[in-house]
Amino acid sequence: MADLTNGIISRTTGTDLVKRGLADMLKGGVIMDVVDPAQAKIAEDAGAVAVMALERVPSDIRRDGGVARMSDPEMIQGIQEVVSIPVMAKARIGHIAEAQILQALRVDYIDESEVLTPADEAHHIDKWAFDVPFVCGATNLGEALRRISEGACMIRSKGEAGTGNVVEAVRHLRSILGDIRKITTADQAELFDWAKRLQAPLPLVQEIAETGTLPVPMFCAGGIATPADAALVLQLGAQAVFVGSGIFKSSDPTLMAKAIVEATANYLDPDILAKVSRGLGDAMPGLEIGTLETKLSERGW
Amino acid sequence: MALPRIGVLALQGAVDLHFHALERLGVESVEVRRTEDLARVDGLVLPGGESSTISKLLVINELFEPLAERLNEGMPAFGTCAGMIMLASEILDGRDDQLSFGAIDISVRRNAFGRQIDSFETDLSVIGLPESPVHAVFIRAPVVERVGPGVEILAAVEEGRPVACRQGNVLVTSFHPELSPDLRLHELFIKGMAG
Repeated sequence: MADLTNGIISRTTGTDLVKRGLADMLKGGVIMDVVDPAQAKIAEDAGAVAVMALERVPSDIRRDGGVARMSDPEMIQGIQEVVSIPVMAKARIGHIAEAQILQALRVDYIDESEVLTPADEAHHIDKWAFDVPFVCGATNLGEALRRISEGACMIRSKGEAGTGNVVEAVRHLRSILGDIRKITTADQAELFDWAKRLQAPLPLVQEIAETGTLPVPMFCAGGIATPADAALVLQLGAQAVFVGSGIFKSSDPTLMAKAIVEATANYLDPDILAKVSRGLGDAMPGLEIGTLETKLSERGW
Repeated sequence: MALPRIGVLALQGAVDLHFHALERLGVESVEVRRTEDLARVDGLVLPGGESSTISKLLVINELFEPLAERLNEGMPAFGTCAGMIMLASEILDGRDDQLSFGAIDISVRRNAFGRQIDSFETDLSVIGLPESPVHAVFIRAPVVERVGPGVEILAAVEEGRPVACRQGNVLVTSFHPELSPDLRLHELFIKGMAG
């Protein structure tokens, strides 16, 4: 019969199941970019499932230019102290040392992010080497599968961060999910061609053909600025949303944060969406994609 | 008795994984997002997710009171991780505004094992499932720190800290049976529904 004291139980940490499992628990939620403890508190008060700690929100990175790096550990720890929800932080693409520092800080998820200036123009981080899970951006299915083969435990469609323009998020989401749908109807011989065209490992392509879904949760980021934007990408198939500049660059962040949380939970209910979209003040100023000097989504290989 | 229809509280969290588990058991399940959905279910699964977010959404969607009423009337419930926190009578290390249903007389500490890097898998002996240990996945998991009279402890970790409990037809686990292919805890819940 069961031994209820159990003596010492043998624990295994940092497994795939544990790392992907946290992403499963964030489904249906909103992950908000925050730059200080006060913003983190506003995000948690509004019902965020997690916060992303970073020095500047993407629209400010875009405006200021220069090199964008991992945040100051002191700032990340300040945020960890004030909220009880998971805290994520960003490392530059390929910057193994920044990721090691973030793991030492015990952040809950590391975002190897194109929003920061890449540290390596050919290689992403070997994410299998870490016990903390990673999320990575992708603009298409090939990129998503390359990141998963490197150990990413969650994929977010990239969109175009800091623009308040959802068009790129929609493009990337449709590209990834559209190709998944096509692969499920491909025959065995066609799967070899898919793997070649996507520049992705064949076993992952075969797995998608069988399951009809990515092996890790798939969230959406980059350009979500309103409750309706969040509802749109969820209806297209995203399982949760990252909102960056969209909250703290709006005229009333507290209201906007709550409204996006409520819209995400009720994304199929137009009556609720209509109600929460009212009287929010100004959404963040948006940018036309054609006018951008830098497309962040083109970073990543 | 006809097979019960199980609701899965679908405000936030790993709702889909519980659906798959119930589907594999051949049990009809429906999403519960609004008050009217409650009338259609014989029992409710409260999934893993972020308990503070789910608490807020229950209030926003005006679902907290009607659900509390159903639980008071004795509706069977199964809560995993965040769902365990929601069903408890007391939350330790919760947010000040965080609500719970008090459907099982336990005090639960949130994030009791630490941050994500401390999340773990292990094999647990579970009372009522004698064939073999249950493979349990703990993710930023809570732990039970006090059990009231009438609460059965079904499994524990070191120092006898309970991680699975049952009171009547309410079953809770700190870990996530929905993340493993082992469906025995879901089965235990459904078998226990009759009381």
